[in-house]
Amino acid sequence: MTNNQFMFLVFSVVIVVFSLLTVTSRRILRAATFLLFVLVSTSGLYFLLRFNFLAAIQLTLYAGGIVVLIIFSILLTSHISEKLAVPPVTKRIYAAIAAIAGAVLCILTILQTQFVQKTLDPARVHIRTIGEGMLSTGKYGYALPFEVISVLLLAAMIGSIILAKKRKD
Amino acid sequence: MIDFSYTIWILLIPLIVFVVTGLTGNRFKPIVTGIIGTAGLGIVFLLSVITAYKFFFVLDKVDGAFQRLLAFNYTWLNLTDKLHINIGVLLDPISVMMLIVISTVSFMVHIYSLGYMKGEKGFARFFSILSLFSFSMLGLVIATNIFQMYIFWELVGVSSFLLIGFYYEKDSAVAASKKAFIVTRFADLGFLIGILVLSYTTGTFDFITLTGPNSPAFTSGQGIMFLGMSTMTWSMLFIFMGGAGKSAMFPLHIWLPDAMEGPTPVSALIHAATMVVAGVYLVARMFPIFHHEQSALEIVAWVGGFTSLFAAVIACTQYDIKRVLAYSTMSQIGLMMLALGVSGYGGEDGLGYMASMFHLFTHAFFKALLFLGAGAIIHAVHSNYMHEMGGLRKHLPITHATFLIACLAISGIPPFAGFFSKDEILVAAFHHNKALFAMEYLVAGMTAFYMFRLYFNVFWGKEQHYHHTPHEAPLTMTLPLIILAIGSTFAGFIPFTKLVTSDSLPFENNTEWGIAIPSILIALVGIGIATMLYMKKSDTSKKVSIALGGFYTAAFNKFYIDQVYLFITKKILFNYVSRPVAWFDRHIVDGTMNQIAFVTNVASDKIKGFQSGQLQQYALAFVSGVIGLALLFTYLWTN
Amino acid sequence: MFEGVPVHWFLVLATTMFFIGIYGFLVRKNLITMLMSLELILNSVCINFVAFNKILFPEHLEGMFFTLFIIAVAAAEASVAIAIIINIYRRLVNIDVEKMNEMKY
Repeated sequence: MTNNQFMFLVFSVVIVVFSLLTVTSRRILRAATFLLFVLVSTSGLYFLLRFNFLAAIQLTLYAGGIVVLIIFSILLTSHISEKLAVPPVTKRIYAAIAAIAGAVLCILTILQTQFVQKTLDPARVHIRTIGEGMLSTGKYGYALPFEVISVLLLAAMIGSIILAKKRKD
Repeated sequence: MIDFSYTIWILLIPLIVFVVTGLTGNRFKPIVTGIIGTAGLGIVFLLSVITAYKFFFVLDKVDGAFQRLLAFNYTWLNLTDKLHINIGVLLDPISVMMLIVISTVSFMVHIYSLGYMKGEKGFARFFSILSLFSFSMLGLVIATNIFQMYIFWELVGVSSFLLIGFYYEKDSAVAASKKAFIVTRFADLGFLIGILVLSYTTGTFDFITLTGPNSPAFTSGQGIMFLGMSTMTWSMLFIFMGGAGKSAMFPLHIWLPDAMEGPTPVSALIHAATMVVAGVYLVARMFPIFHHEQSALEIVAWVGGFTSLFAAVIACTQYDIKRVLAYSTMSQIGLMMLALGVSGYGGEDGLGYMASMFHLFTHAFFKALLFLGAGAIIHAVHSNYMHEMGGLRKHLPITHATFLIACLAISGIPPFAGFFSKDEILVAAFHHNKALFAMEYLVAGMTAFYMFRLYFNVFWGKEQHYHHTPHEAPLTMTLPLIILAIGSTFAGFIPFTKLVTSDSLPFENNTEWGIAIPSILIALVGIGIATMLYMKKSDTSKKVSIALGGFYTAAFNKFYIDQVYLFITKKILFNYVSRPVAWFDRHIVDGTMNQIAFVTNVASDKIKGFQSGQLQQYALAFVSGVIGLALLFTYLWTN
Repeated sequence: MFEGVPVHWFLVLATTMFFIGIYGFLVRKNLITMLMSLELILNSVCINFVAFNKILFPEHLEGMFFTLFIIAVAAAEASVAIAIIINIYRRLVNIDVEKMNEMKY
C-alpha cells in the first residue's frame, strides 16, 4: 500500500463517516461541525492530488466562509441546546431505499467502466497558469464563465440583502 | 357626364356623426351633440337636394329615360367568380326620390327633437342613434344590390329597436322594442330565404342586372313548381314577407302600434315616413320581377288592400292619438302596396307604380307632420289620450293650423298633396281590379272620418282641465311643422309622371275627374260624419258605438290579432316546442357537460393529494424517477 | 495512474458522499440541515471533477476551473438560501420544511 493509497483511505473514511454524522446528528450545531470536517478532508484530498490552490480555496471559502455562514444562521434561528426530532421511520426507510438503490446503481456502473488512465504529470499547477487561464479568451481560457460568475455573485449579494432585510411595514 | 361620386358622403356623414357622437356623447353638453347631429343631417339634406336636381334636370337622358347610375361601387365580398357582394351607391329615380324623402324628414325630425327632447336624460344617445338610423336608411335606399340592402335593412331594424326602447326604464317600452325587433326579424328571415333562393337561381345580387330588361330572373327558376307556383314566385313571396314585416302589413303588423312607445319624433321619422315604407320601396325596387310573377304581385295587392281596410277600421275606434296615427300609417302603406300590386309595367300601364311612389312621397310629408303635430300636442298636455284633450285650437294656433292641413291632405281634399297621389292610386285600381277599387273608396271615407274624429276631439269640443295651461311649442318644434305643412300643401303638384315611373320613361297623365270627384265626395261625407259626432262633445258617438256592438268591441281590441299571436306563441310554441327543446338542452346537452365536469372534478380531487406541498416528497419522487430512468436505460433498454 | 490510487476509488467515494447528501436532503426537516446536505452533494461533484482532471485528463485544467466555479456558485447559493431561510423564519417563526405547504393545490 503506497502512501497515497493510505492517505486516500484515511480521508475517505473521514469523509464518509462525518457525512453520515452530518445527515443524522440530532444537534444541528454539531452537524455543522461535522460538515466542516468533511470539507476539510475534501481539501486534504485536493492536496493529495497536488491541487494546492484549489485546496486552499476549498479551505477558505467552504470551510471558512460557507460553514461560518451556516453556523450564524443556525444561531439566529434555533437554540443551541435544541435537539432535532427524529424523522419518522417510514420516511427514513423510503429515503434510505432511494439513496442506497441510487448508490448501488452508480457504483456498479462505475466499477464496470474502464477508464483510460494517463501517466501522472507530477508538476505542480502554478498560480500563474491559473490566473492566465481565468482571464484568457482563447482555447482553455475561462474569461466568459469568470465574468458570468462575477455577475452572479453580485446578483446573489444584492438579492440576499433585499430578501433578508426587514420590511418597513 | 356628371360626377356623382360625392354621393357616398350622403352615407358617410351620418355614420361619422354617429361614431363621433356615440363615442363622445357624455363629454359635451347634450345640446352640442344635438347640433352636431342636426348639422350633419343638414349637409346630407343639401347633398340630396343637389343630387336630385342634377339627376332629374341636368343629367342627360338615354332614349328619353332616366339613367341608372352606379355612382360608387366597391367589391366587398367575393363569393364565387360570378357571385360577389358590392357596397355602392345606385342612383335611379326611386332611390333619388327616397333620398329626398328621408333626408328631408330626418332633418326636420332632428330640428324638432332639439326642442322636443330638451332636458331628456338620453339626449346625446338619442341623437347618436338617430344618426345611425339615418345612415342605415340612406344605405338601404341607395343599395346597389339586394345583399347590401339586406345589411342596411337589418341595421334599420336595430336602430329602430334602440329608438323604440329609448325609455328603457319603462317596461312597456322594453316590451314594445322587443316585439318590434322579433316580429320584423321573423319577417327578415323570409327576406333572407328569398334572397338566397333568388341569388341561387339567378346567380347575381345586382339590382341593375336583376331588374334590367334581360333579367336572368325572367328565365331561370321557372321550371320547378311547388304548390302550384314557380321557384321565382316563391322567392318573390319570401322577399315580400320581409317587406311586409318592415311595412307592418297584415298579419305582421302587430309591432307598429306598440312601437309608439318610442319618443314621438322617432314615431314620425321611423314609423311614419321612412322605415315603414322600406317594404314598399323593396317591392318597387324588385318591381320588374314582381311584374313578371303575376301571382306574387296579386298577393301583394290583396295584402295591401286588406291591410288598408283593416287598419282603417281599427283606427276609427282608438283613443290614443299616436295609435290612431299608427293605424292610419298602416292603412296608407297598404294603399301603396295595393297600388304596386295593381300596376302594370311601362308607360300608362305603370300608373300604379308611379302612384305608389307618389303617395309614398306625399305621405311622408303629411304623416311626419301629423306625428310631429301630435308630439307638440302631447308636449303641451302630457297625455296621449284624446278624451283628455279638447279645445286646444286657442292654445296651439300653429300646431292647429298645420295639423288641419295634414288632415286635409291625408283625407284627399284638393289641392293638398294627398288628393293627387291617392287619386292616382284609385285610378290605377279602377283599371285593374274593381273589387280593390271599391275597397279603397271605403278606406278613403274612413280615413277622412278617423282623421277628423281625431282633429275635432283634440282641437274642438269642451276644454278639459289641464295641469297647466297648454302653451305653443318652441320655434325648434314649430318650424319643422310649418316647413312640412308647406310640403304637404304643394308636394302634390310635382309632376311625378315625368320623373318616377316604372320604366323611367315619362308619360302624360291627367286627373280623371270621374273617379276623383266621387272620392272627394266620400271624403267630405267622412268629414261630415266626424263633424256631426265630435265637433261638440255629445253622446251620439257613444250611441253609435253601442249600436255597432260586437264589431266595435272587436275593432277596439284590434280584432284580437295580438291575442292570436300570444295564443300561438305562448300556448302552442312554448308548450309543445320550446319546453321539450329546453328539456333536451337542460338534461341531455347540459347533462353531458355536467357529467364531464363531474368526472374531472372527482378525478382531480383524488389526485390532488400528490400536490401535498411537501418539498421532500417531491424530491423523493424526483430521485426515484431519475433512478428508475437510469435503470431503464442502463439495464433494460440497451438494444 | 495516480501512484496507486485508481480513479474508481475517487468515484466510489464521491458517489457514496452524493447519496448520503441525497438521504439527508430527503429526511431532514430543518431547512439549514437540508442546506448542509446540499453542500455535501456539491462537494462530491467537485471531487469527481478534480479526480477526472488529475487522473484522466492531466494536460489541461478544465476540472479544476469548474470546481472553482462550483465553489463560487455554492457560495452564492448558500448566501441566497440563508437569506430566504431567515425571511421564512421571520414570518413563520420556524424553518420546518413540512410546514411550508401553503401553496399546495
